[in-house]
Amino acid sequence: MRALRLILTGWRFHVKSLTLSAFFLLTSAIQPILFATMAYFMFRAGSTEQSLLYVALGSGLMGIWSSTLFGSGGAISWQRWQGTLEVSIAAPAPFVLVLIPITLATATIGLYSLTATLLWGKLFFGVPFDLEHPLLFLLSIPATIVGLGMLGLVLAASFVLYRNANAMSNLLEFPVWLVTGLLVPLSLFPGWVEPISWVLAPTWGVRAIRDAALGGGDPVGAILMSLGLAVVYLGIGTVLIGYFERLARERATLSLT
Amino acid sequence: MTHVRVFFIGGYIAYRALFNWMHPSYYIPTMLGAPLFQILFFAYIGRYTGLKDDAFFVVGNAVQLSAMAGVYGMAMTIGGERWTQTLSPLLATPANRLALFLGRSLPLIANGMVTSVFAFGVGWWLLDFELAAESIPPLAAIVLVSAVACTAFGLLVGAIGLRARDVFFLANLAVFSLLLMCGVNIPLDAFPGWMEAISRALPLTHGIEAAREVAAGAGFADVDHLFWTELGIGVFYGAFAYALFRFFEADGRKRATLETM
Repeated sequence: MRALRLILTGWRFHVKSLTLSAFFLLTSAIQPILFATMAYFMFRAGSTEQSLLYVALGSGLMGIWSSTLFGSGGAISWQRWQGTLEVSIAAPAPFVLVLIPITLATATIGLYSLTATLLWGKLFFGVPFDLEHPLLFLLSIPATIVGLGMLGLVLAASFVLYRNANAMSNLLEFPVWLVTGLLVPLSLFPGWVEPISWVLAPTWGVRAIRDAALGGGDPVGAILMSLGLAVVYLGIGTVLIGYFERLARERATLSLT
Repeated sequence: MTHVRVFFIGGYIAYRALFNWMHPSYYIPTMLGAPLFQILFFAYIGRYTGLKDDAFFVVGNAVQLSAMAGVYGMAMTIGGERWTQTLSPLLATPANRLALFLGRSLPLIANGMVTSVFAFGVGWWLLDFELAAESIPPLAAIVLVSAVACTAFGLLVGAIGLRARDVFFLANLAVFSLLLMCGVNIPLDAFPGWMEAISRALPLTHGIEAAREVAAGAGFADVDHLFWTELGIGVFYGAFAYALFRFFEADGRKRATLETM
């Protein structure tokens, strides 16, 4: 119960804090609108018959991934720069419970992307917002956020080893947009790409949201996969965080950038 | 002689010190890795939508990527000095401002060229893109002039950064706007008239158009009007940025707001 309260309070605090950041405003609202505009023009001018709602949802998910990637990937580095890392680790609560609200908040901020791309599409490109399964659509969003938030935990834990976490985030933005089928179906890629997509939460998130919105597919299965992956990521993230925390304490390298 | 030293040595040191891009752990993911996937991303959207062939996206993105270093780098030249609280001491020196900032632009232009060459290589290696040997010299000239124009545009962003609170935000916005507006991935005729008019006034647009024609087999003489237009746009942005910089510098001194974050 105390752990849940800590996660909830931390999540609310970090959502508010990230909402005030110009960088996250850019990543989670402006950048997705610019990419969505590009995608609208490309799909409209191209010869493929594809609904613009498909494009709006994919572009929104791109924004969720970007905010998770940059926010979670740099979570520990930012705490270091702000001088709050030692305090957070010294707190009685396990460090992983301090980190989870941050990574969940970075994924939650991505909801601005989805909202922005849908509104933008509706206002300027006449994208209809007719949902096939409204209830499943509503369920698919938190499932996607949890999946990406927990993937963020693994990123936060992994990037701690890498001094230039920001550079790693720069590298991983486009490839994950590609291999998770956010705008381009996986059938266009070589066969070896598909197994990679299975272990990435955005793949199931976009399937859940898109299938619920447009119909077809298996939105329930995708929601369950998203939540299942979240549990796996949580396990991996907890082990990694515990290991790195112990190592940093032993070597007294917590505050070293 | 002092101006020349400020131009070359100052530019080199500023590049190393401010951007840290020379370190492989930063340079490779940011300046080579991300561009590789950017090209693949748009080329695959192009394939899926049936909009254009791979060459359209390879050329558009390879030329646009030459701009990335210029815009971010020049914006950070000023933003970074402000961030590290070294802007006031820098502006207190008698160093010639033109030599100071043009010197800083030189490594960025070279960096843009390297990224662009890499991007063309990626297109040739992984996508359906061929380039005749005789097209390489005119293409190199076009990429160079596009990188110069974008670096001048970056200086404008940096100059605005003397007054604006968050220059990094502006730089990101500028790069993404160029990606959207300059015909990198969308043919200009797909835009409404007002967007096309804006794109014609931005750096990159004419450079990309010229590069596409050259890559398709045209000679330099066929695209020289686009080349000179791109250069003219670059000179305009550079001059405007310099004037704006001097104005904001003088104003910042008067109001003591040079390093207000």
